[in-house]
Amino acid sequence: MTAALSVEGLEVVFDRFRALKGVSLEVREGESYGLVGESGSGKSTLLRAITGLAPVSSGTITVNGKTLGKTRDKAFYREVQMVFQDPYGSLHPRQTVDRLLQEPLAIHGIADGEKRIERALDEVGLGNGFRFRYAHQLSGGQRQRVAIARALILEPSILLLDEPTSALDASVQAEVLNLLEEVRRRRKLTFLMVSHDLAIITHMCERLMVMQNGEAVETLTASQLIGHRVSQDYTRNLLRASEGFVRTA
Amino acid sequence: MSGNPDMQTKGALLEVDDLRVTFPTRTGVVQAVRGVSFSLGRERLGIVGESGSGKSQTGRAIMGLTPPQAEVSAKKLSFDGIDLLSVSSSQRRALRGNRIAMILQDPKYSLDPVMTIGRQIVETLRTHEKVGKAEARERALEMLRAVQIRDPARVFDLHPHEVSGGMGQRAMIAMMLIAGPELMIADEPTSALDVTVQLDVLNILDKLVAERGMGLIFISHDLRLVSSFCDRVVVMYAGKVVEQLKASELRDARHPYTRGLLNCMPRIGFERHPLPVLERKPEWAT
Repeated sequence: MTAALSVEGLEVVFDRFRALKGVSLEVREGESYGLVGESGSGKSTLLRAITGLAPVSSGTITVNGKTLGKTRDKAFYREVQMVFQDPYGSLHPRQTVDRLLQEPLAIHGIADGEKRIERALDEVGLGNGFRFRYAHQLSGGQRQRVAIARALILEPSILLLDEPTSALDASVQAEVLNLLEEVRRRRKLTFLMVSHDLAIITHMCERLMVMQNGEAVETLTASQLIGHRVSQDYTRNLLRASEGFVRTA
Repeated sequence: MSGNPDMQTKGALLEVDDLRVTFPTRTGVVQAVRGVSFSLGRERLGIVGESGSGKSQTGRAIMGLTPPQAEVSAKKLSFDGIDLLSVSSSQRRALRGNRIAMILQDPKYSLDPVMTIGRQIVETLRTHEKVGKAEARERALEMLRAVQIRDPARVFDLHPHEVSGGMGQRAMIAMMLIAGPELMIADEPTSALDVTVQLDVLNILDKLVAERGMGLIFISHDLRLVSSFCDRVVVMYAGKVVEQLKASELRDARHPYTRGLLNCMPRIGFERHPLPVLERKPEWAT
């Protein structure tokens, strides 16, 4: 098995605050890998460091065998795309869906834009009727579908998903999760997915890493987590919390 | 649909009958709440639904926080025998924050960013009760202790941006409880918080509600969370109540919408691919 994405001893420092303290992980090709932890654990920072949105102070990131330098080139963004948490903030409010989807195509100088836009919209279940609407005319779930279409339009092999459903209703969440699973199967994508919800991670991912305070707590397979075969108290606490509220007498 | 018969005792704290909230818009009238009825004793009632189901507007109408352009009507909307729709706005203001309190979703937006946490709590108390400064401070500190803030004297002097989300929400609860309300409306009080912190906040809320014998309306989109926390659950869809049931009987929910809401969430140890999605039928809205 080759690694689609591997991270070695990654450090991210903001001023004097160490947001990531030497994190390593390896995501195999076609695998879906989860990152869980509470806010401030560094899980989103890890994704942002990979895409070049957070300053890497040391460590290496390798994508499909190529080690990344200080800056990311266009070829990188053709391989790796990201879907952000809040679809209300990640779509330009004054651009139509069509314009939003054309942007990455224009940047990368892709010719068959028309066909790709149609295909991407179709794939996320929106259809051509949504092409000339603005973000504010869409519901949260529809917006997240547009964000997924935008990520897919360059035909990347790796998707970074930063809490893609936490801003959505539970019922809409199911639809978006199903959509993500479907595109992953169809396009044989590799996922690196962040969530604070253990249930979502065990549903979507084969392996996962639990993070706290910028460090890896432990690495588990989904079935280990489901069988409660965990070694760290922190993970146990997360598991207990995910079972819902229990009244203490 | 009417309330659960055994809960409609004479001493109902809150009675809501056929509540309607309508918003005039450029494209016509939007009915956010369309004939909601329930009654509440000193118990925990959950209101569940998706965004746009009218659950928050129901809470806001009870609190008297409906925007001025909207219209609220009801056959009955009474709190402890007081008709909330006919009282003057000054009487309403006296109730709000004193006997009826509301916790909002995100402490980042619901707390005043330029006022220390302590001052905000003291302000609430002194608006509703005649107490001296020193005593108000004492009571605010005591309240912060009650919501399990370890170092209340330090937190008292902090601004909201200096505390974490969980801490901010505890401060919000402290502020809402200090006047000793009889009815508490919590609108998604834990949705903005981490899972682990969520449970701490719920535990605090649960204990205080039980100790003080308050009525609680817990508004959330998370049916499972609500059912583990509340005695009764009202399920709303498109501004209407589609089902009302005891939390313990949730497994036997009849309405397909309630069942759909229960089933659509991934659960640890229950593999289902793809996840069942909600089918929304137009006849549920009629």
